[in-house]
Amino acid sequence: MTALKNSIRDLLRYPSAILGSVILLFLLAVSVYALVTIPYSEAVRLWRGGEEVWYQNPKYAAPAWFNIFYSKKKPVSFSVRTTDGSMSKATTPSSDPEISTVDITYSFDYAYEGVPQELMIYFTSQFKDKFSFVSVSWITPDGRTIRIADMAVDHSLTFRFSQDQKLQKRLKTEDVMQAIFMDPESSTQADLKGQYQLVINGTTFEKDATIDAEFVLHGELFGAAGTDKYRRDLLLPLLYGTPIALAFGLLAALGTSLLTMVIAAAGTWYGGWVDELIQRITEVNLVLPFLAILIMVGTFYSRSIWLMLGVTILLSIFSGSIKSYRSIFIQSKESSYIEAARAYGASSSRIIFSYLIPRMIPLLIPALVSAVPSFVFLEASLAVLGLGDPVLPTWGKVINDAFADGALYQGRYYWVLEPAILLMITGFGFAMLGFALDRIFNPRLRDI
Amino acid sequence: MVAVPQAKDIENKENTRKTVLSIDDLHVWFELKRFGFGHAGYVKAVDGVTFDIHESETIAVVGESGCGKSSLMKTILALYKPTKGKIVFDNKDLSELDNKGLHWYRSHVGYVQQDPYGALAPFMTVQRILEEPLIVGGIKDKENRIQRIHKAMEEVKLTPVNDFLQKFPHMLSGGQQQRVVIARAMIMEPKLLVADEPVSMLDASVRVEILKLLSNLQEKHNLSVIYITHDLSTVSYFSERIFVMYAGNLVEKAKVRQVVDNPLHPYTMALLTGTSEPDAKNAETFKELPPGEPPSLVNPPTGCRFHPRCSKVIKGLCDVKFPPEFEPEPGHLVACWLYQ
Ligand SMILES: Nc1ncnc2c1ncn2[C@@H]1O[C@H](COP(=O)(O)OP(=O)(O)OP(=O)(O)O)[C@@H](O)[C@H]1O
Ligand code: SF4
Ligand SMILES: [Mg+2]
Repeated sequence: MTALKNSIRDLLRYPSAILGSVILLFLLAVSVYALVTIPYSEAVRLWRGGEEVWYQNPKYAAPAWFNIFYSKKKPVSFSVRTTDGSMSKATTPSSDPEISTVDITYSFDYAYEGVPQELMIYFTSQFKDKFSFVSVSWITPDGRTIRIADMAVDHSLTFRFSQDQKLQKRLKTEDVMQAIFMDPESSTQADLKGQYQLVINGTTFEKDATIDAEFVLHGELFGAAGTDKYRRDLLLPLLYGTPIALAFGLLAALGTSLLTMVIAAAGTWYGGWVDELIQRITEVNLVLPFLAILIMVGTFYSRSIWLMLGVTILLSIFSGSIKSYRSIFIQSKESSYIEAARAYGASSSRIIFSYLIPRMIPLLIPALVSAVPSFVFLEASLAVLGLGDPVLPTWGKVINDAFADGALYQGRYYWVLEPAILLMITGFGFAMLGFALDRIFNPRLRDI
Repeated sequence: MVAVPQAKDIENKENTRKTVLSIDDLHVWFELKRFGFGHAGYVKAVDGVTFDIHESETIAVVGESGCGKSSLMKTILALYKPTKGKIVFDNKDLSELDNKGLHWYRSHVGYVQQDPYGALAPFMTVQRILEEPLIVGGIKDKENRIQRIHKAMEEVKLTPVNDFLQKFPHMLSGGQQQRVVIARAMIMEPKLLVADEPVSMLDASVRVEILKLLSNLQEKHNLSVIYITHDLSTVSYFSERIFVMYAGNLVEKAKVRQVVDNPLHPYTMALLTGTSEPDAKNAETFKELPPGEPPSLVNPPTGCRFHPRCSKVIKGLCDVKFPPEFEPEPGHLVACWLYQ
């Protein structure tokens, strides 16, 4: 307990350790948040979902906070619905018990430069035989009322403003968005800023019939992280990619470091052919093309992240560090406390695990922490190479999608930068902590 | 001259005491490899050693550096396998013991090493260090282990015990470290204690304390002790017999008093002139070594191994034939042609 307290106190003396720890704690918090709020199966479902899941979102939208950097603010997407009360709905029964009217209105401030990509209303209605009926109108900030549509509502109905031909005819233009957001008096094609109102007057013709609506505006910006080609909210892979990246990095680092150490210790301890074999395997492994093998496994067998993790660990165990651990173990092996342990009958496994390895823990911990980023990057690189896990939302996958879609050529920097920055922050956090740990555990390095 | 323990009636006890450890024609050879694989001869670190040690008997093995003392001890501790010869403990031949038997043997032999700091794992607390042999020895009950740790620490005067239990070796002084080493050697209540130069790395000021402690423990527990040293002057603290070792052989075996008063082997004579008191200010050892190089253990000199350095060499005999043991006075064995 006191030892733990002391090491924490030691750590706090290093600014880099504090910075590293803050970053890692933040990533940890994000991971916990992601795992708690989005169950695994839900994450997979959303990530693999298409239009039916993500219809509310615009394509290729940068994050909403990009407006901070623009002097001309771009339209930010939103969606509101009557089912959760974000859009108001009032039902009034009439004298005829069969008939009632449903009034849905939504007003919003529009203070952006330019027009939205699209406006949509998704109607859902419940009835037995008789269709409900709605008429939609649009009230502009200067008080004009534009009739948008009158129609019967089936059980569900999607109304897209810009694709409605009747509306195009009525407005005498193909560009509905221009027509309903522009000031007709203005000579300079400027959009009208101010409060717009959507008014839906519905009528139901059965006793228990209902009408609900969802109003969606596709702007050029969306949410905290933006969207991709498939309208997917990038917040999902950014959030959910955190625990995956950390898990992959930590497990791979822990797995390789511990196994490498145990193997190096066992080889040194038993000596003879065991040691020889380990040495030779290491030498062969060092010249094996690591990435090529992973690519082969990914291409011909499976791209599951857990399989990749296993192969990564397997290929990293017999790394160069086996040799450096070995040289230290050879010294420890000759120490008189190990001779004493043999004299009182400690078994080989006891000597390996209780005498040889604990001595190395001061070296192991910083090495382990510093090894994490390279594995995090590896996972991302695999994904970028198209060998990412096919079902999991990961940072690397986002970069991969972005590249595949030529995001950088299209100026969609956010798409690449967001996951890339997260990767860098993660690497930076572990590296900072690793430096400090190295200095604490190996005081001889302090002056270097 | 060296102080000699008060004449106890050792002689009378001698014959009735049980033999604890019996070594017969022990050879320990290390193979020398050329370029890592080719055979290039043997280092004959122990080359034909025979002796018995009895219950509660203490033996000192003296000899210059590299003569094979540690190799002899490590073989007794079953750390090395004998190349040839037998070690019999409590009537059981070590080479015939199975794993369980070997465990039993190890728990009956304690080991005190030379460098106390190196002998203690730096990452273990004193409690853990002392607990290890108990765990290995199969004492499952934690309470029991703690109790025995307390007892052992009180015996080596590491008190108050609780002040030391959670300390790491580097927090202790050299003397305290050696007390931990001794407590560890004693914790399984062994019958035989092997002490390989237990004070040579310590400050002159604590040497005497540690030697007295060992001597007290020996008396209290009726321990048999094999005490290895460079330094003849420390022998008197608790040894009955002295074995003088030279180039893998025991050249003289006798009671301390006999050796000190009447050294027979020319090598012993040379050693004795170089001895000083352990607590003396300048406690150096073997100041006046016999002239000449210590012999090679790979190609030891023919005949008597000491002959190239011996001032009394008998030409034509000493350099040709290996001297057998002679017994010029009762209980005083010497391997030298002078006494044939
Ligand atoms: N494991 C080993 N492998 C090869 N040679 C060894 C081994 N252990 C000891 N030797 C050699 O055996 C000889 C005797 O060594 P040993 O340690 O027994 O001497 P010693 O009398 O204890 O010396 P010191 O007084 O310096 O401790 C030395 O030449 C040493 O180099
Ligand atoms: S046997 Fe000869 S060489 Fe050897 S010690 Fe005796 S006298 Fe000297
Ligand atoms: Mg030695």
